[in-house]
Amino acid sequence: MKKLVLLLLCLFMAFSFTATAGAKTLKVGLAADPVSLDPQVQLSGGMLQLSHWVFDPLVRWTQDGDFEPRLAEKWERINEYRVRFYLRKGVKFHSGNTFTAKDVKWSFDRMKKSVDFKGLLEPFVGIGIIDDYTVDVVTTKPYALLLNMATYFFAMDSEFYTGTDENGQPKDACKKTTHTFANDNESGTGVFKIKSYEQGVKTVMKRFADYWDKDSKGNVDKFILNPIKANATRVAALLSGDVDVIDQVPPQDYKRLRSDSKTDLVTINGGRIITFQMNGNRVKAFKDARVRNAVVYAINNAGIVKKIMKGTVEVATQQSPPGYAGYKASLKPRYDLEKAKALMKEAGYADGFEITMMAPNNRYVNDAKIAEASAQMLAKIGIKVNLKTMPKAQYWDEFDAKAADMMMIGWHSDTEDSGNFSEFLVMCYDKATGFGQYNSGYCNPKVDELTIAAQSEIDLDKRADMLKEIEQILYDDAAFVPYHWQNHAYGAKKNFKIKPIINSMNFPYFGDLVIK
Amino acid sequence: MFAFIIRRVIQAILVMLVISLVGFSIKSNIGDPVRDLVGERVTPEERAQMAEKLGLNDPFFVQYTRFLKNALHGDLGTSFIYRKPALEVIFRHAPATIELVLGAALIIALFSFPLGVYSALYPRSLLSRFTMGFSTLGVSIPVFLTAIMFIYLFAVTLHILPSYGRGETIDLFGNGYWQTGLLTIDGLKHLLLPCVSLASIMMPLFIRLIRSEMMEVLETEYIKYAWAKGLSTRRIWLVHAFKNTLLPVVTVFGVQIGIMFAFTILTETVFQWQGMGFMFLDAIQRADISLLIAYLVVVASVFVVVNTVVDIMYSFINPTVRIAGTK
Repeated sequence: MKKLVLLLLCLFMAFSFTATAGAKTLKVGLAADPVSLDPQVQLSGGMLQLSHWVFDPLVRWTQDGDFEPRLAEKWERINEYRVRFYLRKGVKFHSGNTFTAKDVKWSFDRMKKSVDFKGLLEPFVGIGIIDDYTVDVVTTKPYALLLNMATYFFAMDSEFYTGTDENGQPKDACKKTTHTFANDNESGTGVFKIKSYEQGVKTVMKRFADYWDKDSKGNVDKFILNPIKANATRVAALLSGDVDVIDQVPPQDYKRLRSDSKTDLVTINGGRIITFQMNGNRVKAFKDARVRNAVVYAINNAGIVKKIMKGTVEVATQQSPPGYAGYKASLKPRYDLEKAKALMKEAGYADGFEITMMAPNNRYVNDAKIAEASAQMLAKIGIKVNLKTMPKAQYWDEFDAKAADMMMIGWHSDTEDSGNFSEFLVMCYDKATGFGQYNSGYCNPKVDELTIAAQSEIDLDKRADMLKEIEQILYDDAAFVPYHWQNHAYGAKKNFKIKPIINSMNFPYFGDLVIK
Repeated sequence: MFAFIIRRVIQAILVMLVISLVGFSIKSNIGDPVRDLVGERVTPEERAQMAEKLGLNDPFFVQYTRFLKNALHGDLGTSFIYRKPALEVIFRHAPATIELVLGAALIIALFSFPLGVYSALYPRSLLSRFTMGFSTLGVSIPVFLTAIMFIYLFAVTLHILPSYGRGETIDLFGNGYWQTGLLTIDGLKHLLLPCVSLASIMMPLFIRLIRSEMMEVLETEYIKYAWAKGLSTRRIWLVHAFKNTLLPVVTVFGVQIGIMFAFTILTETVFQWQGMGFMFLDAIQRADISLLIAYLVVVASVFVVVNTVVDIMYSFINPTVRIAGTK
């Protein structure tokens, strides 16, 4: 009997040992899952994350904001309008096809037709094929951010996506609301292959055996992605061990994850500036820079960071987060109630006035709470705020209609560069060019002029000076109320080494994740 | 009789029309579905073009008649976020909710009958007092709180039950429609906490209902007569009293199960349970209006059909209803 038990125990040990020594599985709980398998159908964080797992870009961002060669091994600037990329050889797609220059061009041309991406690709003429492993990227004007944009150039398998599917539809169709081949099938060069994809329920990926990057230390063989929408449930799923990694940890749970012996909390500045814009077209007082300054001086953004964001984000004074070309370190946070009151008096509004304010309640971290706190702070300088918060599905319509005197907006630069903030948030609104699309009323021709000039300045030092000048003007003008840069907060089990693979763009490179 | 049925069917159709009309009139308040489909960088002009292509800019009655025309062909529109016919999306999500509600109903039945009967028979015993106290507590705690407490106790602290989702599921008919969690150990484990949470809102109600019904029955003349006749205690309690308690309770139980489908929205959200309630909330938050309207119509039709069948059956059982209906 004893022997039998012993034998069984040995067998059990052997089994459990092989189980741990074998394939490594990663279970991730994310707040949202990719809406499609087509990397070009929607420009959103979730889709770009998927693109980095299943496809590869020419170059990608590293954690410290540099470029890392991916499908392009090296590159050189030929002239002001042209950069040459030398492509990696011996790269296979998931379908087995070999990756060459024609795939880069094909993918770029398809992306140029996508509603979501074509705006970003405005500065580009196109891609010229020099030979099978060399391409030239050509721009319409000298363009400093060409490499930044090359992080969006993911290669799709041109042969795989050519032809018609079983419904007679072209396989390269890129449509949002109907079934297309590319929405449900993929062939990229990426580290993971999609094994099954059930939208909103589960995505299962397997490591691609022929992946080109043999130097990667990553050891995830199977990657299961589960969307878990409710914050409390996502945190509980990690604490209970049902998933290994979660994203978007809410600030109130930071302490809990840090104190738990089995989990780690990792945060990184996400570079998303949270602001309130003041609409001078709706409220005459907001046309006056002194009043706008008074508002900025009245709002204790450092206090909001400490109390509402639990001190884990950096207090903002400008659009550009530290590390960006336009970041000006000399700009200091402003909070001074007396000065705010003095400014109001000086501008002739000692008795204050009444305004409306709107903010979303499920778009940014603690967005509604930030708005409530701000409303109370403004009351102290006599500005009576009628606040309305609503879900983002309704908020964007209101924002487009500029329906309130102060509106909240957060922004993350598409190019990891300061210019993008100004183009969307503070340039005078121009329907034809699309500049200032998310600007509620501030307008300063000097800012416009500098922003446009910076776009085609290739001398990076000169360019940085221009961007810094913009930040200084916006600061003096109090063009908006800065709060903080939102961060990305991940929770992970201790043996999942998540820290090296996250970055400010929020593309966790799970292909390089090491499980100990 | 025939006239009565025809009348009921016409009424049912009218109700469905009204509900779809209500669904249509609220849809403009939910938000712009195009916003969820595009990135933040897409210009307003392009969004307007998309809305035009999706037919969202057409006048109300053009949209509504188009919807009705398609509905007659069994097409309730296409879900924007799932890129599939809305009906298909709903049917794929229905099994998860049905399994959840059935599980909760089973738990309610298993516990509320013995507890209710016991506390009616021995109202002064410790267990009865405890049950009554507990059921008051149960009624007053909202389901999401119960659910979160369960998750923290059983999943986070004790590590004995999973915290979210449906676990391992099996494709019941091989066509992907009915993914069941009832046939795997893992699936059943995942079912336990959501079912208990969902049951927790209805259970106290039933315990109290059964208790009071039973107490009432125990006071009736025929029970007193049965005592006087010298029947065994067991026979009086189980056959005479309990059986008569059952009648109203079963009627209420049937109705409440229907209502329970509505309560799954909270439970499903907390447990990331991929059922109809979860889908409904998601559709609201992402302004997937075609899915939303299809869902309203489907749910309404279920209620309408059930009620109509009940009414028709009732007219067979109780002719006075029929007479009232024909006058």
